[in-house]
Amino acid sequence: MNSRKTKLVPRYALLVFFSLIVLLPISGLFLGAFKTDTQLIQGPFSLPQSWNLENFRQAWFTGRFNIFFKNSVIVSIAVVITSVFLSVLTGYAFGLLPMPGKKWLFPLVLLGYMVPFEAVIIPLYHFLDLLGLRDSYWALILPQIGLSVSFGTLWMTSFFENAPRDLVDAAAMDGCSRWQSLWRVLWPLAKPSITTLVVLIFMWTWNEFLLALVLIQDETLRTLPVGLAFFQGKYSANIPLLAAGALIVAVPTVIVYILFQRFFIRGMLGGAVKG
Amino acid sequence: MRSNQAYPGENKWIGWLYLLPGLLIYLGFTFYPILETVRTSFYEWNGFSAVRDWVGLQNYQVLFSDPQFASAFLHNLVFILFYCILPVFIGLLLASVLSRKALPGMTFFRTVLFLPQVISMVVVGVIWRWIFNPQFGPLNVLLNALGVSGLTRAWLGDFALALPAVGSIGTWVQYGFCMILFLAGMQHISEEYYEASSLDGANAFQQFVHITIPGLRAEIGVALVTTIIAALRVFDLVYVTTRGGPGNATLVVGFLIYRSAFQQNRIGYASAIATVLMLLILAISLLIRRFQTGNEEKSA
Repeated sequence: MNSRKTKLVPRYALLVFFSLIVLLPISGLFLGAFKTDTQLIQGPFSLPQSWNLENFRQAWFTGRFNIFFKNSVIVSIAVVITSVFLSVLTGYAFGLLPMPGKKWLFPLVLLGYMVPFEAVIIPLYHFLDLLGLRDSYWALILPQIGLSVSFGTLWMTSFFENAPRDLVDAAAMDGCSRWQSLWRVLWPLAKPSITTLVVLIFMWTWNEFLLALVLIQDETLRTLPVGLAFFQGKYSANIPLLAAGALIVAVPTVIVYILFQRFFIRGMLGGAVKG
Repeated sequence: MRSNQAYPGENKWIGWLYLLPGLLIYLGFTFYPILETVRTSFYEWNGFSAVRDWVGLQNYQVLFSDPQFASAFLHNLVFILFYCILPVFIGLLLASVLSRKALPGMTFFRTVLFLPQVISMVVVGVIWRWIFNPQFGPLNVLLNALGVSGLTRAWLGDFALALPAVGSIGTWVQYGFCMILFLAGMQHISEEYYEASSLDGANAFQQFVHITIPGLRAEIGVALVTTIIAALRVFDLVYVTTRGGPGNATLVVGFLIYRSAFQQNRIGYASAIATVLMLLILAISLLIRRFQTGNEEKSA
């Protein structure tokens, strides 16, 4: 018993050490967002004199984070809902439906999941320009649906391939159409996989940077990460103000992560790591 | 992939009906741009003139003799040390020291260690630019407080130190991911191996080398390949922290593509770089899929 306890101490010491390396910079940012410039210099981990929201107010209104936030919400919701719905359909087609040609089509769809954004951004710029869609929500929504559907197809196909086939066959015997069997029989079973897909696509879309940087010139259409990058260029020495802006960007994904962390970690350990 | 039979009386093309909406958006906004990037790499084009000049492989010839590309690629290789080698090493160290049985409070530590993975890289960049700030950044303040003022630097502005400074941010982001991946993998290594080897007198280090490492082969493969890809495609972090500077000290391939295409209007040349990067990442991604299928076969 005693030797077990002594073994626990170095284990926890290591865990605490590496957790602190993660936590200290993040808590420094969190505390800094409530401070003034002079307070910040007194020490990164001192508590702010008061939980003053002035920096947030300034970032939100003067820094236009209210607009960036709205844009990020619109783009993320559109991308998540559309690509998850479409991925359920494509995954169903690949995993359970008769479909001539699926063998050669699957790697083709997978390609989009493997390539980096750098591989598509240059033609996208000119293509969207041609369509008159550059500097619009569509410029962010359509390409990100394309890229997300690629991963979503992979993810949902593996769910539908492993779905209980006798249940599907039984539903067909009872006269269920393929459409009905998808939503009545398979949907309840698919919920954990779909939840994982939702949180991953949300995180990727919310944090996406390169597309939004290149395809959007109109400041009022910027998303939060790009808004923050320009904000930093403008106020590079005002750390408390930057910290407040950064928190506005980070808090939504952190909240979703904490609420759904089992799904997050399962998805990302499944090899689903993107930029 | 199993081929699924149509039910009697069912159209055998029914799958296409479900596939089509997703496929069309994918083809238009992802697959077509991929092909177009490759095609454009054979042209010289400034992005706005109506004519594009076919130049064959000239962009690739320029690329492979361009010292800027060489140094950018070299910086990506240095990033592999920081994004991949160090995090995998730390992850293995932690995973081996932690017992295979879950420790109380592990959920909390897991949540914390994974946190950098979910935060926007722009936010991560803001945090670390502050920490590395030469005047009032916590790092230099700490060094001064410890009485080693001689060690303080303008970290991100220093030609020699900017690259490792940005790289170490990558280590900070990746090690928790590696560690949790390995811990999850260790749940699948049978306890019997450890018990049997203890009876044979194996010490902890021998167990680590002969049981843990081989048992984690698939996870180590996944970790290596995902983090190598992350190191090769770095863009956001460099954009936010240094923009490739000072000079070209932190220039990476992703940033070179951005700069060539959207600041210098060398569209053909930028497409050639993008094609090379894409092929490299594809090759490595195919490796990861081999590791994963190897994993499935093992557990089956």
